[in-house]
Amino acid sequence: MTEQDAITVQAPRAFLEVRDLRIHFPTDDGLVKSVDGLSFSLERGRTLGIVGESGSGKSVTSLGLLGLHNRKNAKVSGEIWLDGQEIVGSSPEQVRRLRGRKMSMIFQDPLSSMHPFYTIGAQIIEAYRIHNDVSKQVARKHAIDMLDRVGIPQPDKRVDDYPHQFSGGMRQRAMIAMSLSCDPELLIADEPTTALDVTVQAQILDLIRDLQKEFNSAVIIITHDLGVVAELSDDILVMYGGRCVEYGEVEELFHAPEHPYTWGLLGSMPRLDRDRSDRLMPIKGSPPSLINVPEGCAFSPRCAFAELNEGRSETERPELREIGPGHRVACHLDRADRRRLWDEEIRPKL
Amino acid sequence: MSREAGDTVTTPDTTATADPRSAGGQGEVLLEVSGLRKHFPVTRGAIIKRQVGAVKAVDGVDFSVRSGQTLGLVGESGCGKTTTGRMITRLLEPTDGRIVFQGRDITHVSQGTMRPLRRDIQMIFQDPYSSLNPRKTVGSIVGAPFRLQNVETESGVKKAVQDLLDVVGLNPEHYNRYPHEFSGGQRQRIGIARTLALRPKLIVADEPVSALDVSIQAQVVNLLEDLQDEFGLTYVVIAHDLSVVRHISDRVGVMYLGKMVELSDAADLYKNPMHPYTVALLSAVPVPDPSIRSARERIRLQGDVPSPLNPPPACPFHTRCWKAQDVCGTVEPPMVELAPGHQVACHFPENAPADAEQQVAKAAGRA
Repeated sequence: MTEQDAITVQAPRAFLEVRDLRIHFPTDDGLVKSVDGLSFSLERGRTLGIVGESGSGKSVTSLGLLGLHNRKNAKVSGEIWLDGQEIVGSSPEQVRRLRGRKMSMIFQDPLSSMHPFYTIGAQIIEAYRIHNDVSKQVARKHAIDMLDRVGIPQPDKRVDDYPHQFSGGMRQRAMIAMSLSCDPELLIADEPTTALDVTVQAQILDLIRDLQKEFNSAVIIITHDLGVVAELSDDILVMYGGRCVEYGEVEELFHAPEHPYTWGLLGSMPRLDRDRSDRLMPIKGSPPSLINVPEGCAFSPRCAFAELNEGRSETERPELREIGPGHRVACHLDRADRRRLWDEEIRPKL
Repeated sequence: MSREAGDTVTTPDTTATADPRSAGGQGEVLLEVSGLRKHFPVTRGAIIKRQVGAVKAVDGVDFSVRSGQTLGLVGESGCGKTTTGRMITRLLEPTDGRIVFQGRDITHVSQGTMRPLRRDIQMIFQDPYSSLNPRKTVGSIVGAPFRLQNVETESGVKKAVQDLLDVVGLNPEHYNRYPHEFSGGQRQRIGIARTLALRPKLIVADEPVSALDVSIQAQVVNLLEDLQDEFGLTYVVIAHDLSVVRHISDRVGVMYLGKMVELSDAADLYKNPMHPYTVALLSAVPVPDPSIRSARERIRLQGDVPSPLNPPPACPFHTRCWKAQDVCGTVEPPMVELAPGHQVACHFPENAPADAEQQVAKAAGRA
């Protein structure tokens, strides 16, 4: 679908709807297909967890949602509808008006995503005043309120601190305060707790959950940690090689996953809530290069069950098919086979 | 030294060939660390530097590791676990304390004396991107230990390196490739091959899998376990991921602000954590099971870890502990063995026998 078509298509009902999003980067080595046909939708008040390994395209997707890709380097196609407005076909100026106000982002590393020369307060005030016509004093008061809201002690003093004077957890809180300063309706958190210690991670996850309840915003949380998505998400989208391989409600995805890659992720992680297993069950090989994504099913070279369907996985790309209410899987394996494998071979070993 | 009652093992058994994974541990004590301290001076002044304080990165740590066992050291950033690992490998000079390896005190031996010992003590680093020289081939990187230690190999260094690559699951044909041609997981395997080159006895692995993707993490964890079984290796694994540590460790030490707060057999520690900090750490780990997320009882610690420049007196955790009483800020809790093989430094331990508080009080001399 070209960009021209995208604009004429009727706006969908869902708050956020992504249709056939493709983000490709032409490089000297070839075309990097970071995101290659991704579709999903999200309502207000719900949390979507996007799970995948490095290079699966999850961060590129989040930057695409915010319209942050440089059009000179990236070829973006498809549609992203945010509350009735299409983003892919919009001008950078239009997207800029949405960014920060209607949608905003919490980045992984708050130290490198804040400006070291400006105080925390100045950075929040700047973001707020871009979208709201208020005086500096009012904006400053708002910044202090926001810092207080995310649990920074003595916010009226700390507002004049520089990022380096904050600890890692406090920086992430300040980052959250900044991204929430304009009450965004869509909040994207890209690995929000990966750089943090577990006790601080727990604080931040609680904070995101509470703030979502308060603002009724839609949240997308991008992570490689299945524990984090299980704690926060309503729905989960598993990405592999730039595509969605499985999508479903969190309970369904953890208790009856149907894609061998999802099984692999679950088998790879040691779990504290189970007895210690003798051996982990890793996925063999490593993730594909996005320049040479395998033809057919991208996961087939690493799939332990690929031979069960006589080479179909190597030649034919599996479609994302609905197998139950809200549960979609892209796999060539027979449904009955998948269920049998999960029940008999995978689940008992987890 | 306040923690003389450390993890001293009373009956060193000499049958070193026992099952390396048995948690009780028959192997002899390979490494013994007592009262280990590392204080980094903080200086002020440009020309005449005067010391104005010290960062107490490690402040009196005792433990021992039996041959063939794995000790996991966990804790949050800044708790001193990496510094401890670096002192064991003598990459850092300890300020105080003793490190005994195979019955020999190596705490302050010179570089020259240490060099032959480096064959026996090796390290796996966290970041496979910065720990391999980008301008050297894999063959040169993995072969370096042979050159540096002047070790003769039966059929040449090249053959030895190719064997090592095979052992860690890499293609021996990749001998002439450069690190950038490999993925993160493969690079970590190169680092492990280099570590194994001289058949060390003790390997200190500092966050060996934290830079890797989940599916690759599991591959490397399994590889470390296989190598341990094959070569009878002893590991000290430093990690912040509690589930990985439980999976690979026989014993686990929990560190907080430079001190060991709990040391126990892995299974017991995760089942009956006694130190409030361990309890809080375990309850903070997100569990990949959505059906129990609302039912779980969580302990949320407030605030951040205090600065090691100016740690709280007595029990380092009392400023964030929900069980803290006056005594916690005045008397340092000694390490007490409250269950077989389970030591904890806390005045008011959780999951402990009924007379635990009396035992601690007696040990602290405040009965």
